[in-house]
Amino acid sequence: MSDLETFRVETRAWLEENCPPAMRQPVRSEDDACWGGRNAKFSSPDQKLWLDRMAARGWTVPDWPKEYGGGGLSPAEAKILRGEMARLGCRSPLQSFGIWMLGPALLKYGNEAQKQEHLPKIARGEIRWCQGYSEPNAGSDLASLATSAEDMGDHFLVNGQKIWTSYADKADWIFCLVRTDRSSKHNGISFVLFDMASPGVSTKPILLISGYSPFCETFFDNVKVLKENLVGELNKGWDVAKYLLGHEREMISGMGLGDTAKFLPETALKTVGRDEQGRLDEPVLRGRIALFEVRAAAFKAMAERFMDELKAGKAHPAQPSMMKYYGTELNKARHELIMAAGGSDALEWESEASKGGAAPRAWLRTKANSIEGGTSEVQLNIVAKRILDLPSA
Amino acid sequence: MPLFLDDEQTMLRDSARAFVGETAPVSHMRSLRDAKDPNGYAPALWKQFAEMGFTGILIDEAHGGSGLGAVEAGVVLEEIGRNLTPSPFLATAVGAVEALNAGSAAQRERWFPAILAGDAVAALAIDERAKHRPASTALRAERSGNGFKLSGTKRFVTHGHVADLLVVAARTAGAAGEMDGITLFAVEKGAAGLQAKPERLADASLAAAIDFDGVRVEADAVIGEIDAGWAPLTRVLNGVRVGASAELLGVGAGAMDMTVGYLKERKQFGQTIGAFQALQHRAAHLYSEMEVARAAVLKAQQLLDAGDARAEEAVMVAKAMAGLATTLAVQEGVQMHGGIGMTDEYSIGFYMKRGRVLAEMFGDADYHADQLARRAGY
Repeated sequence: MSDLETFRVETRAWLEENCPPAMRQPVRSEDDACWGGRNAKFSSPDQKLWLDRMAARGWTVPDWPKEYGGGGLSPAEAKILRGEMARLGCRSPLQSFGIWMLGPALLKYGNEAQKQEHLPKIARGEIRWCQGYSEPNAGSDLASLATSAEDMGDHFLVNGQKIWTSYADKADWIFCLVRTDRSSKHNGISFVLFDMASPGVSTKPILLISGYSPFCETFFDNVKVLKENLVGELNKGWDVAKYLLGHEREMISGMGLGDTAKFLPETALKTVGRDEQGRLDEPVLRGRIALFEVRAAAFKAMAERFMDELKAGKAHPAQPSMMKYYGTELNKARHELIMAAGGSDALEWESEASKGGAAPRAWLRTKANSIEGGTSEVQLNIVAKRILDLPSA
Repeated sequence: MPLFLDDEQTMLRDSARAFVGETAPVSHMRSLRDAKDPNGYAPALWKQFAEMGFTGILIDEAHGGSGLGAVEAGVVLEEIGRNLTPSPFLATAVGAVEALNAGSAAQRERWFPAILAGDAVAALAIDERAKHRPASTALRAERSGNGFKLSGTKRFVTHGHVADLLVVAARTAGAAGEMDGITLFAVEKGAAGLQAKPERLADASLAAAIDFDGVRVEADAVIGEIDAGWAPLTRVLNGVRVGASAELLGVGAGAMDMTVGYLKERKQFGQTIGAFQALQHRAAHLYSEMEVARAAVLKAQQLLDAGDARAEEAVMVAKAMAGLATTLAVQEGVQMHGGIGMTDEYSIGFYMKRGRVLAEMFGDADYHADQLARRAGY
């Protein structure tokens, strides 16, 4: 047996023994996911057990180096682990902006002390991070941001406002873009880290159309940030930001992968029923679901290819934009269909049967997918210019 | 196995791209069409395909082939698609070879040398109606002496009028609509009672309607087991469906390349039209659809080559997705070319016509989506 086959067999056995059955169900609501942090809330003892077991093996971040809390797996081994987790339906043990976004940026741009300090805590889910990028007047035009960091010798003094800061009210630390030079748009931005418990930081949740408040307005009033928390070079934060955005897009594109192959038809069968031949008794809806599932299955292959190319260094650097665009548009289409399949059941907003309106709230939430992390239009601009090499106006 | 071409497959792709692009570019197809060529392909070119080793890609090494798989066959088919090359490759080197691989040693010895040499062309006589539905096979094969007598009509048989070998799906038991009771036959050219009537299609290719008027075949013409032809037929269909998907990718990619090239060169309103955001967004969307289709096709090819149980569904996804993406590619191609795209002189319209034929062949996106839904139980 090859080394990889041995690894597969052992991994399968370990997962079967260690992944609690409750952690083999899809996450069905925001409260049901594990985000870790200083004030971590676990929805069940199994959720904590699963996180602890995976973190102990470094498998919350399987391809990070072992010295930073990772699993030290090769790309081929990491792919096998993903495949085996998917086969068993294992949940991801930890949702984390630290894993998806900050970690890769620190691995590339952080100094040794920053890696030692932050990466293991991310891997174990001890610190929950949020991202301070968008500002009220700098959305898609991110580089026009104005939040300032004034050089005070041994520290910066940060003043300004961020918006759309996901879970800022629940986060322990923030990775944040600040302006350190007003004379240059892109070359006057720096990338800093600081504790959300620092004096001068305040947050205010923004109520969304889904009735939830995952996003916040975040205010900085003379926040003191030690210089050791500058990542990369002063005024060169845009490079870190772009690198991190690639990972953010990769993460958001994963939304296109939601597993509806059973859920969507079952929902429709429950509300519509079957015809005499046993088929969904609404042929147009059935056809729409079937054609959607074709696209979803094809996108799943695309995601696999993208990961393989990324790990092998073969992916076009702008490909995350394509993935983000396609994945989010697909996810919106999926939730439109879930609403259609659910009929009036899917309209209930508060009832117990509807799990507190899970379907319509999730449907509304997906509408942000093609806005956050760079709008669909921004992604298409990037693909047109950087992949298809079309001219600028 | 990572989901991209390995080094050897990339080398094969490069040599196929150079070879097909040089020997059979779109002008080759145009000249055959203009000459109203009665064969529907160029025999001399088919011999060159054989010399390149392409006809033996799916034939094992013991028989003189290269023993490769669906990925490699797809690499060649993509270049055929990109150049709109009329070729018996899909039906012969993929469809018939897969049938014979499921057949007897005698059948392989009878046909493999001729296919390897580029001397034989095969055709697949499967469809009987305007929409692909192989389980509805009604053409009868009745026992007669120590063989069978075939009666009925097949349609949409590419190269059917010139084929040396016809792979025929016939009903030996059961009723139309059932998978059981179908038997696969290898029928040779010139059999008494066989009449092929070629019709030219929109893309200038020729497809025959073939009448079987009590065509006699011996028992050794049966491919696989009597009444259990669904298994070898499935093998053939998996091969040609994923092959047609690869050819579709080539058609779509060829159309997209032409279109993006045109966007960079055509000027209107005082600037290159590719600078207009409205067109950039359409082009970028098209690129995304084509990339997703490409991933689905490679996934299906790899699963087929690995003998994975999930391969058949992956092939259906691939054929449906390639059909959707390439249909978009040719539509956007004609639209973005503007008026010139509607002219016969310009080639983009040829891509539209070829894309339509391939999208229909061996089941369109709707057919495959429906099949996937049935399998999923809804």
